[in-house]
Amino acid sequence: MSQSTSLKTENVDTSPPVSDEVKTTTCYMCACRCGINVHLRDGAIRYIEGNRNHPVNKGVLCAKGSAGIMQHYSPARLSKPLKRVGPRGTNEFVEIEWDEAMATATEWLADVRRSDPRKLAFFTGRDQSQGLTGFWASQFGTPNYAAHGGFCSVNMAAAGLYTIGGSFWEFGEPDWDRTRYFLMFGVAEDHDSNPIKAGLGKLKASGDAKFVSINPVRTGYSAIADEWLGIRPGTDGLFVLALVYELLHAGSVDLEYLVRYTNAPWLVHRAPGEPHNGLFVRDADGNPLAFDQNTRKLVNALAADIAPALQGSFDLTQLQGVDGHLSGTVVPSFQLLLDRYRDPQYAPDAVAERTGIDAATIRRIAAELAHAAFEQTIEIDTPWTDWAGRRHDKMIGRPVSMHAMRGISAHSNGFQTCRAIHMLQMLLGSIDCPGGFRYKPPFPRPAPPGPKPAGRSDQLAPNTPMPGPPLGFVSGPEDLLVEADGSPSRIDKAFSWEYPLAAHGMMHLVIRNAWARDPYPIDVLFMFMANMSWNSAMNTTETIEMLTDVDLDTGEYRIPKIIYSDAFSSEMVPYADLILPDTTYLERWDCISLLDRPISSADGPADAIRQPVVAPDRDVRPFQDVLIDLGARLGLPAFVDEAGGPRYAGGYADYIVNHERTPGVGPLAGWRGEDGALHGRGAANPNQLARYVENGCFWSEELAPEQRYFKFANQSYLQYSADMGWIPEAKQIVLQLYSEPMQKFRLAAQGHGDHQPPDAHRVRIETHFDPLPIWYPPFEEDFSDDDTYPLHALTQRPMAMYQSWGSQNAWLRQIHGWNKLYVHVDTAREAGLADDDWAWVESPYGRIKAQIKCMTGCNRNTVWTWNAIGKRRGSWNLDVNAPEARRGFLLNHLITDLLPPKNGHRYANADPVTGQAAWFDLKVRLIKAEPGEASESVPQFPVLENLPGVEKRPAILRYGARFLPAGNWRRQRSSS
Amino acid sequence: MNPAYSVIFFTTASGAGYGLLIWLGVAAVFFDMPAHRWFGFAAFAVALALITVGLLASTLHLGHPERAWRGLTQWRSSWLSREGVVAVLTFIPAGLAAIGWVLLTRNGGVWAWLGAAAAILAVVTVFCTAMIYQSLRAIPRWNTPWVAPVYLAFALASGALLFHFGVRAFGLGLAWSGWAAATLTAAAWAVKLIYWSRIDGAAARSTAESATGLGHLGKVRLFEAPHTGDNYLMREMGYKIARKHARRLRIIALILGGALPVVLAAGATQLPDLAAAFVAAIAVISAGAGLLVERWLFFAEAVHTISLYYGTDAA
Amino acid sequence: MTSLPLNPPKKKLGLVIDLDTCVGCHACAVNCKEWNTGGHSAPLTDLEPYGESPLGVWFNRVHTFEAGDGAEGRTVHFPKSCLHCDEPACVTVCPTGASYKREEDGIVLVNPDTCIGCKLCSWACPYGAREYDYIDGVMKKCTMCIDRIYNENLEEQDRVPVCVSTCPASARHFGDLGDPNSEVSQLVRERGGYDLMPEMGMQPVNKYLPPRPAKRGAGDTGAPASLPDHEPGPVEAAGSGFLAWVDRTLSR
Ligand SMILES: Nc1nc2c(c(=O)[nH]1)N[C@H]1C(S)=C(S)[C@@H](COP(=O)(O)OP(=O)(O)OC[C@H]3O[C@@H](n4cnc5c(=O)[nH]c(N)nc54)[C@H](O)[C@@H]3O)O[C@H]1N2
Ligand SMILES: Nc1nc2c(c(=O)[nH]1)N[C@H]1C(S)=C(S)[C@@H](COP(=O)(O)OP(=O)(O)OC[C@H]3O[C@@H](n4cnc5c(=O)[nH]c(N)nc54)[C@H](O)[C@@H]3O)O[C@H]1N2
Ligand code: SF4
Ligand code: SF4
Ligand code: SF4
Ligand code: SF4
Ligand code: SF4
Ligand SMILES: [Mo]
Repeated sequence: MSQSTSLKTENVDTSPPVSDEVKTTTCYMCACRCGINVHLRDGAIRYIEGNRNHPVNKGVLCAKGSAGIMQHYSPARLSKPLKRVGPRGTNEFVEIEWDEAMATATEWLADVRRSDPRKLAFFTGRDQSQGLTGFWASQFGTPNYAAHGGFCSVNMAAAGLYTIGGSFWEFGEPDWDRTRYFLMFGVAEDHDSNPIKAGLGKLKASGDAKFVSINPVRTGYSAIADEWLGIRPGTDGLFVLALVYELLHAGSVDLEYLVRYTNAPWLVHRAPGEPHNGLFVRDADGNPLAFDQNTRKLVNALAADIAPALQGSFDLTQLQGVDGHLSGTVVPSFQLLLDRYRDPQYAPDAVAERTGIDAATIRRIAAELAHAAFEQTIEIDTPWTDWAGRRHDKMIGRPVSMHAMRGISAHSNGFQTCRAIHMLQMLLGSIDCPGGFRYKPPFPRPAPPGPKPAGRSDQLAPNTPMPGPPLGFVSGPEDLLVEADGSPSRIDKAFSWEYPLAAHGMMHLVIRNAWARDPYPIDVLFMFMANMSWNSAMNTTETIEMLTDVDLDTGEYRIPKIIYSDAFSSEMVPYADLILPDTTYLERWDCISLLDRPISSADGPADAIRQPVVAPDRDVRPFQDVLIDLGARLGLPAFVDEAGGPRYAGGYADYIVNHERTPGVGPLAGWRGEDGALHGRGAANPNQLARYVENGCFWSEELAPEQRYFKFANQSYLQYSADMGWIPEAKQIVLQLYSEPMQKFRLAAQGHGDHQPPDAHRVRIETHFDPLPIWYPPFEEDFSDDDTYPLHALTQRPMAMYQSWGSQNAWLRQIHGWNKLYVHVDTAREAGLADDDWAWVESPYGRIKAQIKCMTGCNRNTVWTWNAIGKRRGSWNLDVNAPEARRGFLLNHLITDLLPPKNGHRYANADPVTGQAAWFDLKVRLIKAEPGEASESVPQFPVLENLPGVEKRPAILRYGARFLPAGNWRRQRSSS
Repeated sequence: MNPAYSVIFFTTASGAGYGLLIWLGVAAVFFDMPAHRWFGFAAFAVALALITVGLLASTLHLGHPERAWRGLTQWRSSWLSREGVVAVLTFIPAGLAAIGWVLLTRNGGVWAWLGAAAAILAVVTVFCTAMIYQSLRAIPRWNTPWVAPVYLAFALASGALLFHFGVRAFGLGLAWSGWAAATLTAAAWAVKLIYWSRIDGAAARSTAESATGLGHLGKVRLFEAPHTGDNYLMREMGYKIARKHARRLRIIALILGGALPVVLAAGATQLPDLAAAFVAAIAVISAGAGLLVERWLFFAEAVHTISLYYGTDAA
Repeated sequence: MTSLPLNPPKKKLGLVIDLDTCVGCHACAVNCKEWNTGGHSAPLTDLEPYGESPLGVWFNRVHTFEAGDGAEGRTVHFPKSCLHCDEPACVTVCPTGASYKREEDGIVLVNPDTCIGCKLCSWACPYGAREYDYIDGVMKKCTMCIDRIYNENLEEQDRVPVCVSTCPASARHFGDLGDPNSEVSQLVRERGGYDLMPEMGMQPVNKYLPPRPAKRGAGDTGAPASLPDHEPGPVEAAGSGFLAWVDRTLSR
């Protein structure tokens, strides 16, 4: 009786065919670049899954990657080149053929190149092909090139590269398998998205590691932390320096590590007022010197088997072995460090109030760090050989690891704060040791890093490539890109006295400076993949005005010509004059190169490609193909052959295979040499891409166990790195606890040397270019004091949404269709606010209206929201009443790109060292909206019309019905 | 629960229809009521129409009305299936009794027994309907022993009010029916008041803490719902009604559905047929309106445990 | 209870979800949607996908709760799909038999060809695990990836629910909870895995692992509450800040 009748009524097909074909490629829904298997059925995408063998994601996928189908089939896609016919900002375009589009672009660009190549500003967004785009710019001959790093995380990159020759970001990772104590600063999601999640999963599974998250907000990763420290934004530097204070007072420092691997023993001149004050003491060959305790002599600090002093003060004239040219007092740099951080201003009690973390907690964290590092030491029985050829039978590890990202970098004190974290790591001896923070090849590289940027006007000429890359690393004032009068050479003022170490350029200043013609006007703004009139503008409303502002004398726009490549109808499209529509990530060749932002793991290098897995169904072209084509049309030397024809007629795929940066080194490291037997260096291999495809579209190599740690001092690894062409020679890379390039800038500011800053910038440089990490309040505090603007305002990346482009995704927008402003319950109560109330949020620069949600896991002085959810009405082919536009909002309207004038000058709202945009310095106040005010976010903008060629958006989406067996009634229903 | 109009209409309409059927059976068996043809025609027509329209409404409410017959198969376990089966079965004796009464003008003997059978099946149907709700543990305010009595009582009361109107409209006298309607309506509301006091006084059976199992950490609050977008679950089950609003509606329901009909039905007993019919009609309309409000509240006030995952503290 | 299998399934395939590890990334939810929109219950319809009020069918949804206040408070991400109950009310209320529990593995499914779309099962399920497809007019729900876990067209190691295989943090585990020796059963025992709303009497197969106790107290990691202060040290020479512990002779 009770036999389930239903069992008989359904025959479940438990083994349906999944796909006709599976193609591997690389995900593009964020910069993590996971390997994917794309299942195709009847020419449509049935399913995208993680590639189990891929070094990045090992089979997993995130929410965005899993929604790739909806990205690809988005109705917001562009379908043909567009030419603007109406005023900017109105979406009045006509479709044109590619021939016309390319001819127009070539004409505009050729004009500029013929007259003054600087008048092209070429800026690319969160692009993954900077190897190509940067090279193209330098071939074109313009210094005005950058990608998004300047507003993203250059503080982390620069602080790391100048200090430890590697960095957080995706250039390194905790030793997830071995770490016992993990400190995470200011990370919501990061570029290393899936590896971080997998790593945290490992820590959790092990059960005996401790994970501490320092973050004003307790969501995401912080939610699963064993301890969450809800720090006040912008004060991490103080917190870290207080930990340093504790460790120094207790003597819980890995001195052996400092002596071996850092410049702690290097002697520094102590000669206040002198031009060499604070510089390293060097011998005639330029080697740094140390005081050897055994021989009591000065010795080459790079030599092995010396016993250098870490403290003391020495009079050079009384020491033996000193070259005649030296005199005066010198101290090991570590002495300066001791003098600095044992000062009571860094005591936990002194910083507790400001950071919002009580002194007892700071003391306990310091004790826990020391305990993990020195009482839970790891030993791995892997013999290895150090840089000096000495054999060690074990690898000793301090299992403390750290990771930090934009919570640190997006503040105007981010560079120094990040240096402070690296200092803490070094004091604990936990960089690239078992259980510590590990480099991913090709890092570490020498610190300070190279190469130097090119772009001073004396390096430029019409129709001529630049002698070097537009972006690079300066190691002293002489490397700056400034003109004879000290004015900036670049349109964004990167590498000028205002932002000397702006290693990634300053995309956030391009539009402002081009509009203001400061330092000079430009003619063409060429952009790729950056929603600059919306979520990547620091001051959206003003940016829109600048893009549409007309020069009254000429009747032309102040930024005369804008060429833009996007794949979707974003908020930026209406402001361009010529649109070059791109393909989606599943339709093109791409290259994830070790020369750019690698996908290696700490256990070995890796690179990858994208291959077209489906053919474009519309008249779009991969941007990289277009760029190479433009290069050939413009006659850029590297893009034409001897006969003047295109050198890479096969487009980007051709370039990936055949371009060589230096002989034998090209975009891809795998399967080089004619027969594909070589890795790293080797001649171009015509079958290289096929080999990648065969291998799942990636190449990876495992380091030998003996190469896996202490990479900065590991002979075998260093040799490997040199052989691969990543470092010039197999020499030890000494970690820079004390930063001499910083001191060089300080000396220049103090009036020394041939290259000195204009007077207006002297104090700023002298203050912020401290060779030892410092903390200072974020600049915004000068303009938004706690009484008027009591709250810090932040954004976080939602894990299930990618920047602005997630919103066109039918699945992801259901998860994050609008955003609210999250406020601590007590703070909300004080402002008379409750859940779902609308409130005005005001900063010195603007005013928005947003809906409130109360929470408890949040610093009381902090409000925050999810990043880039707010959309402009009519964009992205969403309904004009889409909640993204009616209820969603951006904090960007409250931020400023330039700080208010100080002594008559307006600096960027940025870090004074790197120019990194200080998004998170924002301070605000909350005011409850009047009951009568509409339940809609403010500001709102004129509704955009749909672009020509954009598909009608479906009212009902039944993706997947087509995969049901023919004749199935559910399949029929989907014809709607 | 989202008060879906088709369901509200179905339960009140068919409840009244079954109630009327019950009273026709009772009148035939116990009160030797004469088989007045036109009264019988009108009464059966109204009863069967209310039932049929109610059933149709709920069938059309299905995602696949054409498969409705499948709903009759799982009577062993499903109250919904049982309701369907009994509802269909009820038509047989009810139809036959109607034939006897209207065509043959007979409602005694075997016809009375048919009427009685229809009445019993009607009671069972209403009971099954009530049990559909009462058996749902996920909706604690329904999962109480007072739901079936409420449904039955309201079916009887609304049936009695209709019956009363009928007999007075056809000038059949039977003043007792006015007293019966008044008493049953009062009794039904008494049951309903007990139900209300029970659900108001009941301790929460499930809470956000038990739903998530996180109570040991402290008070559990929803921070973010899974989607900012809407979903079926919240449309169907996430309906929330303010306490103040509910109280006002309860009073309206009580006045329209209870006080007014009781007074009117009782008063009608003192009036001549025509005037009585008029008053009884007002009683029926008022009760109908009141019952719709009562039924609306039955849904609107029911908190589904799903809402514990969407920001409600207790259910 | 006649519609439940006569012999309660011995095999109970289900999920174990680790609330201590889940970071709330929604990967499981989206990947579930992606697989299943072309799978057994295809499609997972989305209404107004680009409109004012998008509404889609999802088998798995990730909620986030805050529990407790102050320093003791926690944020907990909470994914939820069908729990494949031993005594599923969704099955017993179903008037058609479209909703059923499989005898072979305990998986609860809906037969889209016999469901009449009465929605009663969604009222009966206390967990909100049923999803009505307005266009197909039938109820849909988590299938435990029935078209994947036995799929012979896939490699053996891929025969797991996609929400499990895609979870970047490994917060989801799949296995036979009817077998006390299975990995998932052991995990449940070790970590105190629990049922949601036991008072409902559904006996869910899926289990949740609670957040582990926080390590915030002094001594939780074995470390002292603070470091001893070495100052003023015995060898500290006046004025120079000379520290004994720094003065070891260390070879480079
Ligand atoms: N899913 C998803 N992934 C992405 C992106 C995306 O849009 N979506 N974008 C990619 C991009 S371009 C980037 S740059 C990365 C950025 O990835 P993240 O580095 O994770 O950056 P944000 O999301 O901006 O989060 C910054 C975090 O820092 C915290 N924070 C803010 N101020 C402070 C502070 O002063 N101190 C501390 N300790 N914390 C602070 C915030 O609360 C927040 O948690 O993510 C990348 N990955
Ligand atoms: N308030 C606030 N603002 C911020 C931040 C913050 O933390 N807070 N973070 C900043 C950071 S770190 C970043 S990186 C920026 C990011 O800001 P953007 O770089 O502007 O980021 P996206 O929104 O990703 O916009 C990129 C554009 O690329 C387009 N696109 C997507 N795929 C393709 C493709 O395949 N080809 C082409 N040609 N185009 C494509 C999209 O349609 C979109 O228009 O935002 C910054 N803005
Ligand atoms: S983290 Fe997600 S979006 Fe980013 S590459 Fe990997 S799967 Fe794609
Ligand atoms: S995929 Fe894993 S970590 Fe992400 S929400 Fe789901 S269970 Fe949590
Ligand atoms: S969770 Fe709900 S839908 Fe799933 S078996 Fe249990 S009662 Fe049925
Ligand atoms: S909606 Fe379908 S599965 Fe649910 S109870 Fe009704 S017939 Fe059964
Ligand atoms: S088991 Fe399959 S159907 Fe169920 S939630 Fe996981 S992915 Fe979705
Ligand atoms: Mo970024």
